[in-house]
Amino acid sequence: MGLFKGQAQKSSAQPFMVEDLISLALRIGVIVSSIITASGLLLLIITGQSGYPPDTFPTSLNHVLTGIFQLKPFAVIEAGLLILLATPIFWVAASSIAFLLRRDYSYTLISLYVMLMLLLSLFLGKAE
Amino acid sequence: MVTITLILFIFVASVVAGCVGALLGLGGGIIIIPFLTLGLGIDIRYAIGASVVSVIATSSGAAAAYIRDRITNIRIGMFLEMATTTGAIIGAFLAGLINPRVLYFIFAMVLGYSTIALFQRRHVELPEGVVPHPIATKLQLAGSYYDQVLQQQVNYISAGVYAGFGTMFIAGIISGLLGIGNGVFKVMAMDMFMKLPMKVSTATSNFMIGVTAAASAGIYFARGYINPAIAAPVALGVVLGAILGTRLMVRLQNATLRKIFLPFLLYVALQMLIKGIQG
Repeated sequence: MGLFKGQAQKSSAQPFMVEDLISLALRIGVIVSSIITASGLLLLIITGQSGYPPDTFPTSLNHVLTGIFQLKPFAVIEAGLLILLATPIFWVAASSIAFLLRRDYSYTLISLYVMLMLLLSLFLGKAE
Repeated sequence: MVTITLILFIFVASVVAGCVGALLGLGGGIIIIPFLTLGLGIDIRYAIGASVVSVIATSSGAAAAYIRDRITNIRIGMFLEMATTTGAIIGAFLAGLINPRVLYFIFAMVLGYSTIALFQRRHVELPEGVVPHPIATKLQLAGSYYDQVLQQQVNYISAGVYAGFGTMFIAGIISGLLGIGNGVFKVMAMDMFMKLPMKVSTATSNFMIGVTAAASAGIYFARGYINPAIAAPVALGVVLGAILGTRLMVRLQNATLRKIFLPFLLYVALQMLIKGIQG
């Protein structure tokens, strides 16, 4: 029992699983979004066209998605940027799961509250 | 029309912004907004949009390394995020109701206040005489990391949890208003009120600013603030800069960082004030 307690304290000082899960979610988000954004930017520079009328760009998820299939440079860039913008949501989700797996219920609830606030703000943004 | 030269120019500046942002936990928006508006004359709305992208890019680019090195405290970050995300939602809705000139004034004030806060803490290396807050003990708002410069394991626990939490709520509102993560406020709350080591404060701020900015990113995207031609080179440059910044941060003393950044922060604060006066 004493040994178990010691280990629990050590793991609270260096919670490997939570950190590693979040770190992984981060890396994936950053790499994927950078590749897509860079591809879109290269397309823009090579073709010299954005795929949209001057001074306009897609501002809804639907327009971005339809634009990607037509390989419109601005739509590809926006898709990459949206993945980047969504990355923090994945970390919060990853940490909720990690805290739950560690049976740390206070922090599972805290992470879920933050997650709820993020989703709420995304929904409110879309509703405008 | 945005030219290739301009894209390259924005990219290079973004590398610098990402590096400085990662070092100081500021998110780079504090550099990107004045650079785009004052330097290139780009519309403040697109600058704010680019800055939201910059904040998340700095945060994501830097956090991987800081979390790996255990400098970031996920618990403290997530606990304080409850206050900031709630504040950010309130702030983002206020942004549409306030004109750009007012934003310049608010930004100037935020930066001016940050300058004073940084100046007062310029010699502090590690906090001393910390009285642990009851909530900090209950919720394990504590941790430990290895400091490469001091060559020792640094153990810490949080003091003034209520003051820190309250400041984070205000930081969230400002973040939603200006599209910046407002790491300065976050670092200050953790450094001054919660008495955490400076490196833990900046790294944890780095983690948090991304989450806070994500709370308002959807609103800015829907409003058409995120101009791809401007935001793309910002995102790519800032990620690269942030990764470089993390390599540099572990090798530097916090006291050194503050002194380097102080005159720069003051300069930008005055520039923004002038812009607000001129309209």
